[in-house]
Amino acid sequence: MLESEAINAERMRADFPILSRKVHGKRLVYLDNAATTQKPQAVIDALVRFYSTYNSNVHRSVHTLGEEATAAYEGSRKKTAEFVGAKPRDLVFVRGTTEATNLVGSAWGEKNVKKGDVIVVTRMEHHSNIVPWQRLAKRNGASLKYVGLDPDGTLDLAGFEDLLREAPRLVALTHCSNVLGTVNDVTKLCSMAKRAGATTLVDGAQSVPHMPVDVGEIGSDFYAFSGHKMLGPTGIGALVAREGLLEEMDPFQTGGEMIREVFDDHSTWNDVPYKFEAGTVNIADAIGLGAAVDYLDAIGMERVRDHELRLLDYAFKELASVKGLKIYGPADTRSRAGVISFNYADVHPHDLATILDEEGIAIRSGHHCAQPLMRWLDVPATSRASFYIYNAQDDVDALKAGIVKAGGLFKV
Amino acid sequence: MSSADIYREIILDYYRNPRNFGKLERSDIASRDTNPLCGDEIEMQVKLGEGMKIEDVKFTGKGCAISQAAASMLTELAKGKPLEWVRSLAKEDVFKMLGNPDLGPSRVKCALLGMKVLKTGAYGYLGAHYDDPEESDLP
Repeated sequence: MLESEAINAERMRADFPILSRKVHGKRLVYLDNAATTQKPQAVIDALVRFYSTYNSNVHRSVHTLGEEATAAYEGSRKKTAEFVGAKPRDLVFVRGTTEATNLVGSAWGEKNVKKGDVIVVTRMEHHSNIVPWQRLAKRNGASLKYVGLDPDGTLDLAGFEDLLREAPRLVALTHCSNVLGTVNDVTKLCSMAKRAGATTLVDGAQSVPHMPVDVGEIGSDFYAFSGHKMLGPTGIGALVAREGLLEEMDPFQTGGEMIREVFDDHSTWNDVPYKFEAGTVNIADAIGLGAAVDYLDAIGMERVRDHELRLLDYAFKELASVKGLKIYGPADTRSRAGVISFNYADVHPHDLATILDEEGIAIRSGHHCAQPLMRWLDVPATSRASFYIYNAQDDVDALKAGIVKAGGLFKV
Repeated sequence: MSSADIYREIILDYYRNPRNFGKLERSDIASRDTNPLCGDEIEMQVKLGEGMKIEDVKFTGKGCAISQAAASMLTELAKGKPLEWVRSLAKEDVFKMLGNPDLGPSRVKCALLGMKVLKTGAYGYLGAHYDDPEESDLP
């Protein structure tokens, strides 16, 4: 495929074994990519190859297998770091975005957040970028404040500026909302936060898989993302820190691998990033993530973004003709990612998801781990369809037909 | 079983026109619970009459058609029964009211939320504790 060519999603499906299976006798229409993505054969092969040809622990095994495993694990760190414009030594492998925010909450937060400090998050955060800060604020006597949203589901900039005047210690915000699809201008927001003296953390779980991301350009102190939402295996993700920041932090978990020397009564720490990778690391899945990065690199993230925007435009146009369907979030598709949360008449999202499942269509229904946002939207739940590289117009058509069917059953 | 069998006329009718929906002015038992997976929410109040009979019962809540219809049907079933009857209430009774649809493990929790709320309240009143067998996905 040429760099400039649009993604041919139908052809790409051949790389994903799961997409040839049937659900309730129908073609699987997988529209739950914001929850987790499917895996291409190349990623599955990388896992099988590791376990069947060079499975070994990393870093201290002198034998051949150990050296091969170490090279593959560290090679994956390099690829993953370069994929987001970072240096390998600034990237810590974690279980996922949730572990990354918890790591920062503990290893950075305990030392740096003091009584009376303010931590700022936004109303559109996933629970993983709220609850660690709630706990930290409670432990250290700080307060947690929320930036509100404008009616269109974008961040209330004036409100953000007001909170910055309180000189927050930390600003933690999402690059892209997993519910509204809103893409925040994190470069601008991080620069504003920095001027106010705040340390910044960006949740990139919904952005790194879907658009070009350069953490240097964004200028955040911490940037976190998950492997399984970008074609990689579950159980692996990354925390990327601004150069030098990891060195200043205390350890997170302690034990093997993260130490330099252990004495009877004290220990010294390994170099970064190893200081934050206690115990035997998730070698296989880190290598699998490397294979996912290779796959996405070969496509090019600009093309991934273009593909999703085109699909988003098509979906907006098609769903607009479904009477009683309300889409949440920005109306301008350019400022959103391939995520559509909606409600349809009085059909509850769970009922809709059950009816769609019967058609082989997988969507998400519920609060999407964003209850403060649900309260702001004043709904108990939404339905959510989210796209990736293997989705095409036929998936949107199937979704629409499924919604119309639900409308018939519910006599909307 | 197809979704047409799940979302029968009667389920939709109870969803849109729930019987016994609202709050009692005076109640002896009140309990509330949510389904953490989907945010379904049911609150139930019971007023006891002579001989520890369920004289009146009302519910409020929000959620899917299955959870709301099941809770509403349950209030109708419970009215007039002795409180002790709640102990013998089984999930099969709820499924039967719904027409024995094939719900699958995630939606079963929706169907049984109302029963859980009623049992939690009644067991508490009777000095017992109700352990919900559907609480976890553990085998």
